[in-house]
Amino acid sequence: MSSVSRRAAAALLAALLLGVVVSGCGGASPMRIQITIHYSRYDPSRLTVPHGVPVTFVIINSDPIDHEWIVGDAALHQRHRTGTEPVHNARPTEITIPALTTRETTVTFDKPGVLQYICHLPKHEDYGMVGWLTVT
Amino acid sequence: MRRLTIVAATAVATLLLTAGPTFACGGLIGPNGAVNLLRTTTLAAYHDGVEHYVTAFQFAGGGGQFGSIVPLPGVPTKVEKGGDWTLQRLIRETDPPVPSLLFAAAGASRDSAQVILQVRIDALDITVLKGGGDEVGAWAKDHGFRLPPDAPEVLDFYANRSPIFLAAVFDADAARARRQSIGDGTPVHITIPTANPWVPLRILALGKTGGEKVEADVYLLNDRQPALLPDPNANGLKLQVSEPASAGLLKDLRSDKGMGWIPQHAWLSKVRIDGNASDLRFDLAIDASGRGQPSLRDAGLAPFGPMQPPAPWVGWVLLLAAVGVGLPVFGGAYLARLATRRMPPAGA
Repeated sequence: MSSVSRRAAAALLAALLLGVVVSGCGGASPMRIQITIHYSRYDPSRLTVPHGVPVTFVIINSDPIDHEWIVGDAALHQRHRTGTEPVHNARPTEITIPALTTRETTVTFDKPGVLQYICHLPKHEDYGMVGWLTVT
Repeated sequence: MRRLTIVAATAVATLLLTAGPTFACGGLIGPNGAVNLLRTTTLAAYHDGVEHYVTAFQFAGGGGQFGSIVPLPGVPTKVEKGGDWTLQRLIRETDPPVPSLLFAAAGASRDSAQVILQVRIDALDITVLKGGGDEVGAWAKDHGFRLPPDAPEVLDFYANRSPIFLAAVFDADAARARRQSIGDGTPVHITIPTANPWVPLRILALGKTGGEKVEADVYLLNDRQPALLPDPNANGLKLQVSEPASAGLLKDLRSDKGMGWIPQHAWLSKVRIDGNASDLRFDLAIDASGRGQPSLRDAGLAPFGPMQPPAPWVGWVLLLAAVGVGLPVFGGAYLARLATRRMPPAGA
């Protein structure tokens, strides 16, 4: 085989391997979802996850101020709007992410539904720190 | 409604001067996360390449500490107590006295930002910081203050242009010990060598949301009629005064303590800000040189700073595109090459 054909074959093989890698994402490995907080916004602000499966959320706070990631239904958020806990770390669905740090939490949602994740620090929700999580 | 009044004056002597900086005041950030904007009176004057910035921080009562952060166009060489009545006299020139104030952060410990200068003036602890938005934000956090949610973006907005901030902490307990009453101001005179004049307006909206109003009066004093950007009669701004400063005003200002640098002639401008916080996403650039070319960058209207990294999905899109394009191209080339090799030469 000439050098040209060898290079072409190698390129083809590499392309095929890359295709396998791409299609393999989301396969058997545990589901991990990264959420980045920048300028007091969640990115992404809309997520969909299956119920009954552990999901690890990796939450990166790139801001120099503290934030929260509290996921739940409307009733839970209403409680937090008038809550007094300065820091959340006791429940996997309620996380405080200090400035310029990353936190991980693993949650298994037991039933389908539409939830929200919100930062309940003063004025943060009004500023737009709200995301929607659809559990299928 | 509280009105934040800023008196920013860029005064220049009779010499030909290039652009000189003026700037206004910052947003209050309290330990409880509340943002309190008090009336602020500020005079910024520019002469021989040096900015003279005089502002007064007013005692708002209560206990503990409160303060604000003020972006600066350069590194100050001196921070000292200001004149006794300069600010009042300047305001009286155009309006009934409207004292005002604003303030900044406090604290002490890990300093992620570089502390350039610290000084205590009466009940005020003033720290000049150099650092990026993250660093200054971390410094404020370490010093016990909770920045509002828009602070990360606003600090970057300024740090990308001038990474100098003044954090002024009002020690309310010390003020009471000094028998200061609510509304009493402590004038501060900041000397800043700089070449680019601009008045930070966006900082006035710090901590405000949506349709909350920002009201401020910005007084400018230049050696000649300045060119301003953006249009001082649009975007929530109104140029209310634009005229030669009276000899009486300049004489009075010059006679106050530490104010001997006030020039003999100057042009007085007053810009009123009255708009929604969400719309105030710019600063006021000033060209005091007479060339009539205020800087887009100084007004915060031109992009600057490092490019943002591409979003994570961009990499996947490029990868998929490479696979989608590369596969048929290289595959086709390879198959064509094989077919060519197997084909007998023409005429063989």
